[in-house]
Amino acid sequence: MTSTAGTVPVVDPGDPGAPGEPDALVDVAASGRRRGRTAYLLMAPAVLWLALFFVIPFYSLIAASLYDPSGSDEDGWRMAYAFGNYVDAWQDYWQPFVRSIAYGGIATVICLVLGYVLAYAIAFKTGRWKTLVLVLVIAPFFTSFLVRTLSWQLILADDGWVVDVLRFLQLLDDDGRLLATDVAVVTGLAYNFLPFMVLPLFASLDKIDHRLIEASSDLYSNPVVGFFKVTWPLSLPGVVSGTLLTFIPAAGDYINAQLLGNTNTRVVGSVIEAQFTDANQPYVAGALSMTLMVVIVGMVLVYVRRAGTEELL
Amino acid sequence: MSLRVEAGVEAADGTAYDGLRLRALTKRFASFTAVRGIDLDVPRGSFFALLGPSGCGKTTTLRMVAGLDAPTSGTIELAGKDITGAKPYRRPVNTVFQNYALFPHLDIFENVAFGLRRRKVDGVDKKVAEMLALVELDAQARKKPAQLSGGQQQRVALARALINEPEVLLLDEPLGALDLKLRRSMQIELKRIQMDVGLTFVHVTHDQEEAMTMADTVAVMNGGLIEQMGSPAELYENPRSTFVANFLGQSNLIEGRVTGRSADEVTVDMHGIGVSVPVGRAHTDGQQGWVGIRPEKVLIGDAGSKLDAPGNTIPGGVVSDVSFVGVSTQYLVRMPWGQELMVFAQNTGRDKIFRHGDPVELSWRPEYAFLLDHSQDVRAGAQEDG
Ligand SMILES: Nc1ncnc2c1ncn2[C@@H]1O[C@H](COP(=O)(O)OP(=O)(O)OP(=O)(O)O)[C@@H](O)[C@H]1O
Ligand SMILES: [Mg+2]
Repeated sequence: MTSTAGTVPVVDPGDPGAPGEPDALVDVAASGRRRGRTAYLLMAPAVLWLALFFVIPFYSLIAASLYDPSGSDEDGWRMAYAFGNYVDAWQDYWQPFVRSIAYGGIATVICLVLGYVLAYAIAFKTGRWKTLVLVLVIAPFFTSFLVRTLSWQLILADDGWVVDVLRFLQLLDDDGRLLATDVAVVTGLAYNFLPFMVLPLFASLDKIDHRLIEASSDLYSNPVVGFFKVTWPLSLPGVVSGTLLTFIPAAGDYINAQLLGNTNTRVVGSVIEAQFTDANQPYVAGALSMTLMVVIVGMVLVYVRRAGTEELL
Repeated sequence: MSLRVEAGVEAADGTAYDGLRLRALTKRFASFTAVRGIDLDVPRGSFFALLGPSGCGKTTTLRMVAGLDAPTSGTIELAGKDITGAKPYRRPVNTVFQNYALFPHLDIFENVAFGLRRRKVDGVDKKVAEMLALVELDAQARKKPAQLSGGQQQRVALARALINEPEVLLLDEPLGALDLKLRRSMQIELKRIQMDVGLTFVHVTHDQEEAMTMADTVAVMNGGLIEQMGSPAELYENPRSTFVANFLGQSNLIEGRVTGRSADEVTVDMHGIGVSVPVGRAHTDGQQGWVGIRPEKVLIGDAGSKLDAPGNTIPGGVVSDVSFVGVSTQYLVRMPWGQELMVFAQNTGRDKIFRHGDPVELSWRPEYAFLLDHSQDVRAGAQEDG
């Protein structure tokens, strides 16, 4: 203000009679209120949506998990704070539960390894074909999840070429099979969720300034060391979001286990589905759903904390 | 292009050159030759500036020395060893990048320690602390690069390269992003550091003042070629091309016809006025040439007065513009042949200040004039705002 005093008539800010100043304050406040209203208006649809389709179902899910087990569809279900449901459900179904987490975890690791290499190649090596290759990665999504999973039944079938080759190489016994095994389930999961891993990884890698990698080689890092000291840490945000986007749906998925597995590969998703429908024990399904949700959220929190990515995310 | 090597000529006994030596270095991109066979000798321990306008190939040259771009042809030798094909991480060369390229995920301390850690040097903590003290960043050691100001980031980039004590430190317009004041103080700082550590610095810039004030030797680059190389004073006082004459400071270039050559001087007829140029400052064999004279070397006086007797005297000028800039008065004087010449008169208080329309005559001592090849573009290298 003082610097312009010579050229522009300036009103002393301390002067109570100064025109303009109070108006200006009112204006700021008014525009602040207006901005606040706009923010609420913009948020309203999402809030409404969440209330309708998340909060209410979530509440009824909790309620269902605490129903009195002696109820039935005919007699109706009664909310009874039956926490024992959780213990019973866990005792009966801990195996599919653990299997879900294990399948999801293994599939995520496979996706991370394959996806990282793929995303790295797309970001750094494809040059002007980058967009095309990215489209190819996403292209399978244009067909249905179910169809893609079913086609793996053909690929892994006992008389398919994959089994033939593995038998020929003695990697599989002559009567060994792939379909209806753990391997098939994990393979299906890894295949179906790979793009969820590749896309965030690509976004992270593509953002890396190539000059940083040059700087690392100028500072005595061979390509391998440069990768671990610069590229990998800078791609961590992609690794974290990619693993979360893969693990969370993969751990809850049961289509792959149903289509590519057998009764010994039953996952918790299948149990929940069966308990809600045919078995008519919504309290078991509810308790398992809640447990799964709590376990996954807990694992995610620990993971994000460990990765120290508050600022990366 | 033929090249005059003025510094660091190989020792007569045949021992290897201990500085950085480029020979016929060429870089061709798909459709474009960025560097056209340059020869350069950078003496060990010197502050060497590579000066040239934007796009002339300075960065490309540095990148080849650093090993980040492979030369199309030519060789790079460092302390007698051919490093043309060596990987960048095997060269005793470090770079301060044009955009700094600091590692955003590492704090300042780890950025500076990066090179030492890769080479598994002992005593990293102590060395880094010393280096941070040298660039006055001790207080910022645990901050991330994004939390620093531009000038601080620039110093981190310098420290990160300098700490490795490379044979050659390459600086690619490290001061380009700084404001004028910070730039001047960093120039002094850089020069001081270079003298303290005694390393070879190759400093790229398109700011002629920066090159002149900092460097022991300046190579002027233009269109992928080295136009001239030498000490700042040599380049300024005796430019060999119109580009150098115009790019470093300002010059009056007047068309003339060579009328005679003797053992020690060349006489030139300049629109009917005879002037002479010492042989060592005449850079053309042709019949025509550009007579060059720096504006501050031109004396101005009333028409008909006797100016500095032994000089070349050019009568018939009329003052067409006067600007008083404090330390000097800058005149434009229209000559009988229509050209306007620049004259900078020191404001000593003894000389009269001329006014627009005054008839004047000009004079300069022959030993300050130079003669350039007529085939060169008289406007080459001239700054628009100059
Ligand atoms: N990778 C490349 N592919 C094609 N042309 C390039 C490439 N790199 C540089 N060039 C061209 O080579 C020329 C020299 O570029 P360079 O970066 O060496 O210029 P410079 O002297 O450093 O300029 P500045 O002062 O603007 O940084 C420019 O015309 C540029 O367009
Ligand atoms: Mg450059």
